[in-house]
Amino acid sequence: MAKQIKVSLIGNPNTGKTSVFNLLTGLNQQVGNYPGITVEKKEGICKLSRGVKAHILDLPGTYSLNASSLDENVVIELLLNKKDKDFPDVAVVVSDVENLKRNLLLFTQIKDLEIPTILVINMADRMNRKGITLNIEVLEKELNTKIALVSARKKEGIDELKKLIESYALLPKTPCVNALTFAPDYFESLQKTFPNESLYKLWLVITQDVNFRKIDKQNLDITPDFKIKSENELKRLQQKETIKRYQFINNVLKQGLVVDEKAATGTRAKLDRVLTHKFWGYFIFFGILLLIFQAIYDWSSYPMDMIDEGFAWLSEVTKSMLPAGPFVDLITEGIIPGLGGIVIFIPQIAFLFLFISILEESGYMSRVVFLMDRVMRRFGLSGKSVVPLVSGTACAIPAVMATRNIENWKERLITILVVPFTTCAARLPVYLIIITLVIPDEKVGWVFSYQSLTLMFLYFLGFGTAVGSAWMLNKILKIKNKSYFVIEMPGYKVPLFKNVAINVVEKTKAFIFGAGKIILAISIILWVLASFGPNDKFNNAEENITQEYADLSQEEQDHKLASYKLEHSFIGYAGKAIEPIVAPLGYDWKIGIGIISSFAAREVFVGTLATIYSVGSDEEETIKNRMAAEINPKTGGPLFNFASGISLLLFYAFAMQCMSTLAIVKRETNSWKWPMAQLVFMSVLAYTIALIAYQVLK
Amino acid sequence: MKTTIAHLKRGQRALIKEITSDSIPLKLLEMGCLPGNEVELLQTAPFKCPMYLTINGSHLAIRKEIAAQIEVQII
Repeated sequence: MAKQIKVSLIGNPNTGKTSVFNLLTGLNQQVGNYPGITVEKKEGICKLSRGVKAHILDLPGTYSLNASSLDENVVIELLLNKKDKDFPDVAVVVSDVENLKRNLLLFTQIKDLEIPTILVINMADRMNRKGITLNIEVLEKELNTKIALVSARKKEGIDELKKLIESYALLPKTPCVNALTFAPDYFESLQKTFPNESLYKLWLVITQDVNFRKIDKQNLDITPDFKIKSENELKRLQQKETIKRYQFINNVLKQGLVVDEKAATGTRAKLDRVLTHKFWGYFIFFGILLLIFQAIYDWSSYPMDMIDEGFAWLSEVTKSMLPAGPFVDLITEGIIPGLGGIVIFIPQIAFLFLFISILEESGYMSRVVFLMDRVMRRFGLSGKSVVPLVSGTACAIPAVMATRNIENWKERLITILVVPFTTCAARLPVYLIIITLVIPDEKVGWVFSYQSLTLMFLYFLGFGTAVGSAWMLNKILKIKNKSYFVIEMPGYKVPLFKNVAINVVEKTKAFIFGAGKIILAISIILWVLASFGPNDKFNNAEENITQEYADLSQEEQDHKLASYKLEHSFIGYAGKAIEPIVAPLGYDWKIGIGIISSFAAREVFVGTLATIYSVGSDEEETIKNRMAAEINPKTGGPLFNFASGISLLLFYAFAMQCMSTLAIVKRETNSWKWPMAQLVFMSVLAYTIALIAYQVLK
Repeated sequence: MKTTIAHLKRGQRALIKEITSDSIPLKLLEMGCLPGNEVELLQTAPFKCPMYLTINGSHLAIRKEIAAQIEVQII
């Protein structure tokens, strides 16, 4: 294999860096994670002429090499470590023609590391509208680089960029700004100690300690035990460095850039006046939330029903085509439904990320953060937590994935931890059946019924608990945070279809291959537990039933058999084993099984009860009647009365009964610690509250 | 009393004076919040926080407590 040119794509957020990446690599890209951290790593292959290929690494967006977040830290750790296998042969710095001045700050820093650097000036199509004229020749000369003027939107300039990458060896490596000018004395002595190193690189290694976090210096060739100034002095020097860099940039732009303010037109100010308005801003935002909610809740139910039926059909067909036996049962009752349980989430995830990508790409998301920051900050959340919390009302899985946009790790972690409290769609079937059982079907006043009010209360309860626990976690969690709230408000743009589509596909893939494996494994375990029993009762179930109920029809016998088998399976005994624990909550062992099997997904509760009560169809009415007739052996009264019903509702409102969510939390936090903490905390809370409710109400 | 960005009214412009506080994040300086540069308050969320500004041509939103540390001269 011929050697590939290693290219790092670097740039400020909102410069269209990802669009350039997508244009260079097409669909030839891979998304993974950096080892040990949850920063997304995107890489791809770009074909150049004569069979030469370039390996393109799309580094996280950063404003400078002085990192202030985990994402930004990835960039600097790579650029300081020549031994890293991804260390670039050539750096491509993407800038936006409208924000050239600010974007060039990062460019001069990269250039000063003496890495061959190409400057991409993107969004060239906006130059006319903004009254901008560039003198590329002058800029190339002053910045000592090659420039590619690109319009990712119109797909222009990419071939020129490819040519520049191909001939990267010709690029000058001379730095832009002489580090000596920051503080002559200090840097001279530094130079004497390490005569072979780039001054700026030394400086970066020293100052990283006052930035985001200390870097592992053992990987680097240099170890400046060279001491060093106090933190405050270093910060002063960093400020001075920034001023020097801007002086340089202003000088360059004075010669190479003309902006005719009069020719500039913009919709930004007009849009902002409405979208960030104290009333209309919120009004529009809640309208958009409603739309997203509608899509996840309602529109996605059509493809979800189709998937559900599709997998049921697949199970049936497989069953009829293969000879009967435990192995075939494993496939048709364990693996296929398990896969179905993963695939069924795809419509919701795809819809949510469709909306999120559009909001991000258009620049609207920053306005949401602006509007919501103050409210959410009180609870230790970020303005960006709003979208995950609201989409959690449909399903916690895409919601947890949506927290990736929150840069601040503590705020992101808290959001992830509290999202499962919001009332997801899977709780709904359980709520509905219990509510119809125990809440009287009477009207309060004209419009509302007790039943619908109960349901609404449960939604508020979920949201309130989420926000309340966020407030508590904010007090408890001691996570050092050096990330400050400074957000860029980018210009509005029409989202590029290709970027949105790629993002939706990537996020969906991340779910299927990340959390999917765990979901499948647990479904198989649950199936095994329900399909095998520890003793002869289970194995001889068929004979026992046919003898005992010989006069019943075949169909009724089958129902009896299914419920008898479940009772004597491992999971059945587990249900009986936990009966003493759940009895104080007003439940019997059958509800115990329901709770255990709900761990696969909450809505399974209804189906499991249907099997236990040997009801053939999972028609709501039939199950309901059967459940209503159930007698609590201890009290002699109905098992599902007001007290046990409320207790069960509260239990489902608080308990963490969703392995898919746990799996995705594990993926997103990169450790089992957080999902386990979530599981324990939520279960204890659910148990305690359900216990209190039952004991008070009974 | 010093005049800071937190004192600006909507649509008001000002010049940034010296940056003295160490608690102003470097990131803000790197985005153009440097002495001599012009700042304009475009919009505020309710209770004046966060504040939506243009500084040196960049559009940013910052929280009020940071804005209150940047001394300016209204023009």
